Amino acid sequence: MADRRFHPETLAIHAGQIPDAATGSRALPIYQTTSYVFDSADHAASLFNLQTFGNVYSRLSNPTVAALEERVAALEGGRAAVAAASGMAAEALALTTMLQQGDHVVAASALYGGTVTMLAVNLRRFGIETSFVDPTRPEAFAEAMRPNTRAVFAETLGNPSLQVLDIAAVADVAHAHGVPLVVDNTVPSPFLCTPIAFGADLVVHAATKYLGGHGTTLAGIVVESGRFPWDNGRFPGMTEPSPGYHGVKFYETFGDFGFTMRARMESLRVFGASLAPMSAWQILQGIETLPVRMERHCANALRVAEHLRSHPQVSWVSYPGLPDHPQHELVRRQMRMVDGKPGASGLLAFGVKGGLEAGVRFIEAAQFMSHLANIGDTRTLIIHPASTTHRQLDEAQQRAAGVTPDMVRISVGLEHIDDILWDVDQALDDASARR
Amino acid sequence: MNDDIPTLRRILKSCRTIAVVGLSAEWHRPSFFAAKYLQEHGYRIVPVNPRYDKVLGERCYASLRDIPHPVDMVDVFRRTADVGPIAEEAIAIGAKCLWQQLGVHNVEADARARAAGLDSVMDRCVKIEHARLFGGLHWAGVNTGVISAHRPL
Repeated sequence: MADRRFHPETLAIHAGQIPDAATGSRALPIYQTTSYVFDSADHAASLFNLQTFGNVYSRLSNPTVAALEERVAALEGGRAAVAAASGMAAEALALTTMLQQGDHVVAASALYGGTVTMLAVNLRRFGIETSFVDPTRPEAFAEAMRPNTRAVFAETLGNPSLQVLDIAAVADVAHAHGVPLVVDNTVPSPFLCTPIAFGADLVVHAATKYLGGHGTTLAGIVVESGRFPWDNGRFPGMTEPSPGYHGVKFYETFGDFGFTMRARMESLRVFGASLAPMSAWQILQGIETLPVRMERHCANALRVAEHLRSHPQVSWVSYPGLPDHPQHELVRRQMRMVDGKPGASGLLAFGVKGGLEAGVRFIEAAQFMSHLANIGDTRTLIIHPASTTHRQLDEAQQRAAGVTPDMVRISVGLEHIDDILWDVDQALDDASARR
Repeated sequence: MNDDIPTLRRILKSCRTIAVVGLSAEWHRPSFFAAKYLQEHGYRIVPVNPRYDKVLGERCYASLRDIPHPVDMVDVFRRTADVGPIAEEAIAIGAKCLWQQLGVHNVEADARARAAGLDSVMDRCVKIEHARLFGGLHWAGVNTGVISAHRPL
């Protein structure tokens, strides 16, 4: 009899955590410890040689953090995962494990501003070049590939312009060149979309956002599909004896979770951006309710998008859940259906008539919608990307990222929909009133 | 091949003596990793490799037929094409399980072993499956597939 394939609602509560062996505790204990005793010198040697699985030091692994890692790996349909201190730390962990000096990355131009900066500025300082391309054109990824390209990077739903990645088409481009597709799946969360099912090889998350869901805790995670052939000759770090870990060949030894082991034992061990157990526990509290929260985020965001589209003070609305969004068919193909409609998550962007000035007035006039730089909270959040999250980008980069001067981004929360629409209306009235 | 969780648990609980065909004596090779792990978890390892006299403190035999005592499981670290004769020997010496390691998947050998009444597993690692079902692998962030409201056994 084949093992049961559990639904995401069940995995969100159970995956990665069975009752504690020592105490029977049903809820996940918080293992607030830096280190773990060895049973003997031989046990210590086996652990350091990776011949036995176990915990040595919480910079490498921790039982509370492991529950988060396994749960997200299960939700994403991946083989294994490794957590990091933030979403940016997770991206850096994935890319610095995979890449070295002289390598090249093809990345979507519509990305979170911090990610653009990491690729365009920070990694470039270490000799890793990135070409940015239009994420809505899979052929643009193909055109930018070079012999030294070693990764393709994109977001499922680009933040904040909400362009949709055709994951299967871009995965085909990456695989034709023998390189992995890395997808940031923060905005949909694994409940609405699982990029691995469409061919992605690695998935990264700012778990800070919808996974945690309450705006309390920073966390990131890297999930490995287990399907990428790291022995195709382009990734010697996966197949040759590791100089950073006394000669272990990670792909040969650990197979379909070899990348995760290498990320943990080489990169996390030395760069050290590990997740704290207390933070992992808080994110896990959020994940237990991820499915019900995402359904409400989607329903509320669709109502807000429809409302804004017919509002006289609004010049344009971008929400992938609207049937006239230019990529709506792709959304239907890639996203889970929520109440008979494709779940397009809780982010939308719109332009206030009157441009930059009116946009800023809208934000300042909101009563309970919070003006801050985060997404995926229970609270409705609003921001003006051009002057905040994407401020470090020059005008051309902003345009490529889909950020216009009049753009306001809303992360629609879980308040009552009538109250959200009321706050939107009164803030728009204020923004349009002559002063 | 039958490799659902209850079957793997039963195999790993009932098989206590494991002949490891193709076991290397080099510490960083996967076969050595797996055998050392199994030794540490209470299994008796019987090395099978004509190149060595002794591995992991156990006498090493040139072939399965040379082993003078019963063997529960035959764990195969050899190329897929070479598994056929090993399966025949496993059946001949009365082993209860033929286990082909990760990357080894000889379908004919699998069918032959099952027809002779053996449990048969392909393309999986004994160490990884043990750690997946009895604890350990979870700490490495791996998706174990274990969903349960019972304490680990």
